[in-house]
Amino acid sequence: MKTDLSPRMKVALYGLMCVLLIPFVFPTWWMLTSSVKPISDIFAFPPDLWPRRFDFTTYARVFELQPFARQYWNSAYIAALVTIGTMIVSSMAGYAFARIKFPFSNAIFMIVLLGLLIPSEVTIVPLFQMFLKWGMINTHWPLILVPIFGAPSVFATFVMRQFFIALPGELEEAARVDGLGRFKIFWLIALPLAKPALGAVAIFTFLHSWNLYLEPIVFLSSTQMFTLPQALTQFTDAYGGAMWNIQLAAATMTAIPVLLVFIVAQKQFVEGLAHTGLKG
Amino acid sequence: MTIAAGTPRRKRPFWTIERRDAAAGYLFIAPQLIGIVTFVLFPLGLVFYYSLHEWNVLANTFNFVGAANYQMLLADKALPQVLLSSAIFSAGLVILNMSLALLLAVLLDQKLKGITVFRTLFFSPVVVSLVAWTIVWSFLLQNNGGINGLLQLIGVEGPNWLRTPATAMISVVVVQVFKNVGLNMILFLAALQGVPKELYEAARVDGAGRFKQFRRITLPLISPTILLTSIITIVGSLQVFAQIAVLTQGGPGMTTTVLVYYLYQQAFQFHFFGYGSTLSILLFVIVALLTFVQWQMRKRIVFYEN
Repeated sequence: MKTDLSPRMKVALYGLMCVLLIPFVFPTWWMLTSSVKPISDIFAFPPDLWPRRFDFTTYARVFELQPFARQYWNSAYIAALVTIGTMIVSSMAGYAFARIKFPFSNAIFMIVLLGLLIPSEVTIVPLFQMFLKWGMINTHWPLILVPIFGAPSVFATFVMRQFFIALPGELEEAARVDGLGRFKIFWLIALPLAKPALGAVAIFTFLHSWNLYLEPIVFLSSTQMFTLPQALTQFTDAYGGAMWNIQLAAATMTAIPVLLVFIVAQKQFVEGLAHTGLKG
Repeated sequence: MTIAAGTPRRKRPFWTIERRDAAAGYLFIAPQLIGIVTFVLFPLGLVFYYSLHEWNVLANTFNFVGAANYQMLLADKALPQVLLSSAIFSAGLVILNMSLALLLAVLLDQKLKGITVFRTLFFSPVVVSLVAWTIVWSFLLQNNGGINGLLQLIGVEGPNWLRTPATAMISVVVVQVFKNVGLNMILFLAALQGVPKELYEAARVDGAGRFKQFRRITLPLISPTILLTSIITIVGSLQVFAQIAVLTQGGPGMTTTVLVYYLYQQAFQFHFFGYGSTLSILLFVIVALLTFVQWQMRKRIVFYEN
């Protein structure tokens, strides 16, 4: 409803949005500021919106208490592999389901869509057994293979298919007349046009992998192999009490890089997600 | 030139365009199909097979027991509480998430300067690491934490949010809503912007007010998006695990023990793999039923489909 608003209405809307913003923005602010407070100030009353004393040693302590650099690398490379793998698998499958005629394609598509109904939580027990049998427990293989080929990639395939279906066929026809094979048509013509959809797939695949929690705690047992979400929960003292400032320093290091990338590329981010063809 | 390349033959070649295309199609979908069979369908079969067995990893027992696990499921005194917690969590999450997302989308759809800054900020928790976000909220919701500190400033004595049954569930829901509402907000915003402007013009000429325009034009036209996002949100709400594990560990008592958390406890903390598999089947049936019901509802609710 884009009508011009009266000035009073505008002020009211800005005010409302600022109030609504608090629970979205304040936690990140509180995380940042509390991560540099000494432990004695962490529960100070009244709460300090700006630290009264700074203690940057919390950041060094993160690396002393956990092999945090290694854990960071684990999360980063797993997320990168999963993202690239999913983009390849889902764009190929999505393209074939959308544009290639082959027997049983609809039936097979329905089978693949079943993956949407079977979240990985349902199959976590047998997956654990399978990877145990394959000697892949306490390795990163389950966190790489299952997202790329299993249930999480189905949504990506669905998004890619919706995108390719909407693509006009003339370009492909022209390429065919020029004698291009299917793979070349896909690689040289369809895929470059699919950048927005691929971007969206990349974003939510990365976030999905970056946030995985149940799978790592089921499949991984040694701190060297841990991923970030798992590592974040490990900062406790000898009595099991949380070392809040150090934990928040680790959380800050986990959250801020992705947040910065998002702020720089927010237009592509948001528009990519909005155009995922989630319209039925 | 290109026509000459395909040398004319009497006999029709085996690799016709159709056959070559079909082969390419199968090759293209092969990784996905093999993956789904290996990591989804085969495990689903296994989980059903396991559910017919008494299987304790610690005691190293694996015996066929038929439907005994399912009888155990019906007799499990904790299960009604678990299902109730799951239902409260999912219902609370979906209702809050969808209505807040719609409100924010409508706000962001207004002609205001700097609106993209607001959009970015409302969306930002989506890209913050889930466990980091949950840890910060856990810190904020401690008895002597930031929220109670701020409340105390205005003279309100806040509860021990995560250790009181009623507020623990509310906390878990709210933390999750703020984390992910940006996603639905963006999808709604895209849908709102897709509504043809002429319709509003026409409605205004006919004297329809803002509220009536929203009810009679906007809502019906964005109903396909509402349906899809609600399916995704409900199925997603049934998968919630990290938030519970970090915030409440299912407590106090079992008030925030949702089905996935209970499944995890039974299978991976108590090592009852057989019973854990039975709970997995229950989870699968619930997800499938909910999706089916919502899909059926689309004919009634959704006014317009592409």
